[in-house]
Amino acid sequence: MMTGTAELRGQALAIHNLSLEFPTFSGAVKALDNVSINVGKAEIVGIVGESGCGKSVTTMAATGLLPRGRYRITGGSVRLFNHNTLAMDESQLQDVRGKMVSTIFQEPMNALNPTIRIGKQLTDVIMRHEEASLPDARRIARDILADMLIGEPERVMKLYPFELSGGMRQRVLIAMAFSCNPGLIIADEPTTALDVTVQAVILRLIQNRARRTGTSVVFISHNVAVVSQLCDRLYVMYAGRIVEHGATRTVLDAPLHPYTQALLRCLPERVAPKQELEAITGAVPTLMHPPAGCYFQPRCKEPVDLCRSRSPQLAGSDGREVACWRRGVAPETSEQGSRQ
Amino acid sequence: MTEGVDTIARPVLEVSDLNVRFPASRDWLGRPTSHVHAVNGVTLQVRGGGSLGIVGESGCGKSTLAQAIIGLAPYEKGRVAIDGEDLQAAQGRQKRELRQKMQIVFQDPQSSLDRRLPVWRLISEPLHIRGGHSNAELHAKAGQLAVAVGLRPEHLDRLPHEFSGGQRQRIAIARAISTDPDLMVLDEPTSALDVSVQAQIVNLLLKLQRERGLTYLLISHDVALVRHFCDDVAVMYLGQIVESGPADEVLGNPRHPYTQTLLASAPSFASPLPTIAEVRMGELPNNRKLPAGCFYKERCGKAAAGCEAPQVLQRLSDGARHARCHLAQG
Repeated sequence: MMTGTAELRGQALAIHNLSLEFPTFSGAVKALDNVSINVGKAEIVGIVGESGCGKSVTTMAATGLLPRGRYRITGGSVRLFNHNTLAMDESQLQDVRGKMVSTIFQEPMNALNPTIRIGKQLTDVIMRHEEASLPDARRIARDILADMLIGEPERVMKLYPFELSGGMRQRVLIAMAFSCNPGLIIADEPTTALDVTVQAVILRLIQNRARRTGTSVVFISHNVAVVSQLCDRLYVMYAGRIVEHGATRTVLDAPLHPYTQALLRCLPERVAPKQELEAITGAVPTLMHPPAGCYFQPRCKEPVDLCRSRSPQLAGSDGREVACWRRGVAPETSEQGSRQ
Repeated sequence: MTEGVDTIARPVLEVSDLNVRFPASRDWLGRPTSHVHAVNGVTLQVRGGGSLGIVGESGCGKSTLAQAIIGLAPYEKGRVAIDGEDLQAAQGRQKRELRQKMQIVFQDPQSSLDRRLPVWRLISEPLHIRGGHSNAELHAKAGQLAVAVGLRPEHLDRLPHEFSGGQRQRIAIARAISTDPDLMVLDEPTSALDVSVQAQIVNLLLKLQRERGLTYLLISHDVALVRHFCDDVAVMYLGQIVESGPADEVLGNPRHPYTQTLLASAPSFASPLPTIAEVRMGELPNNRKLPAGCFYKERCGKAAAGCEAPQVLQRLSDGARHARCHLAQG
């Protein structure tokens, strides 16, 4: 349950008990509550959850991408390769982004500048972070585009983003993310807008490149099937909290948290044709006025009294933890029980 | 009601040799000089109470097909018949009546609902257009429909922005069933929704089908959803059906190389990520100038002699399905 500082040294990203809220006129929206995520070196880690559960906010907060002054960190720490990104100013963050960490966003059209040719956008990034000359940067860009299976990279570098298909644009963006050899790639739903054949190729490219260069990857997705194919470990988020995490196979084969179980049961792939899917009743709580106790308790099938009064903490062993009173041990004895 | 067995067997929707093309460029007199060929000779049938799923990549023409069937996209060649009556040939009152027999549910309920109308008006809009109902009647009818799709009566006087995505899609479904249609075209009805909400909508649609004997045409890119939802499936590539038949047969043991690729790349718990070679990645060919011969041969891993000839959709010797590939006969 507790992550020692000695353990943190070998981590690419260590988010510890991060809590974050967005102040609004009608009150603070508690977007993250005690979120802890650890990403080891050369590890591919998935964050799964439905829209609004805080999966993107977590990584954006860690990389300083949230708009300044619009949010408030109310607790916790972030260590990115042992650098405290929460304490950095914008110019320090710009050195970190691209060099240490790089983000691939969902919609490649919005992430590329529509008025600048692909080649210049790529070489600008490489020259900024690698201190390479223009010819060197062009060579690196060409190689990495070829690595992303883009035929005729020289020709593609002369094109504008609108001249490329969605799958090509996303591959350009992945090339850009990998171009300065960052230690960590954050892929925020990088394939959601794409066809399945293109998606499969892009997942493979990310996986191959990460494995070959020893890059860590945080893969954010709402698609559990995709995560099951790509990730070593997996975090499940619900309403701004981590509810369960562990090795991908373990979590998906034997989910412990009622939310993870329900999430898997409502997928058509796992049910006989035309059978009723087990939908999760109710709706995600508003994070301005979250319910007392466990956030999933209003939709849970088997809540006990404790669930309504106290929020469960993550507990478990061997890198597998779940935040549920019914799975863990009784609250007072849980401390001993989980440590073993 | 006496014709129970007959209604089951009779096709509610018959599409034969449908071609849809849009002008892509014009000369100085405004005459089209080139066309985008969106749908290229589609023939299909959906029997009453059944459901047909259309799967394919973006740009393969599946949504255009849906729009042509519902009468939103004009076509020059081919025939679309609802309950045996040709929609494009119908005139006046008959056309209006045919239109009432089919409804469509779009992907994004955010943009397909008028945000200034209260829910009861949205739901009863098709009945309002048909005419002959007072506002009180419409309100009452909307109430019944709202309950049928799992909304509460007190929701009726609210506006669409007060609802979540799943509830908005319920409103769109209530509106679609308001005229008691025979055919419902569902164009990616759950793609914009979270999985838990998707499950609610899928359950609702299956329940409505059981209760009302609705016939569904489901357009989707989600193979797992189509396998769950549909009796039959048709796989489209570049405006053509390349393989069709019972969903479990086609999706369980695909015979056309394109269907095989599509299924291999669909994310799944059961199988690992495919290798890049397995995916046969490629762009859809340009649909302004259709390729000669098999449309898929450029991307196909099994291309051989005989692929230069145009392929026809032929019945396979085993099972009840068709494939557009001379190698699929096995």
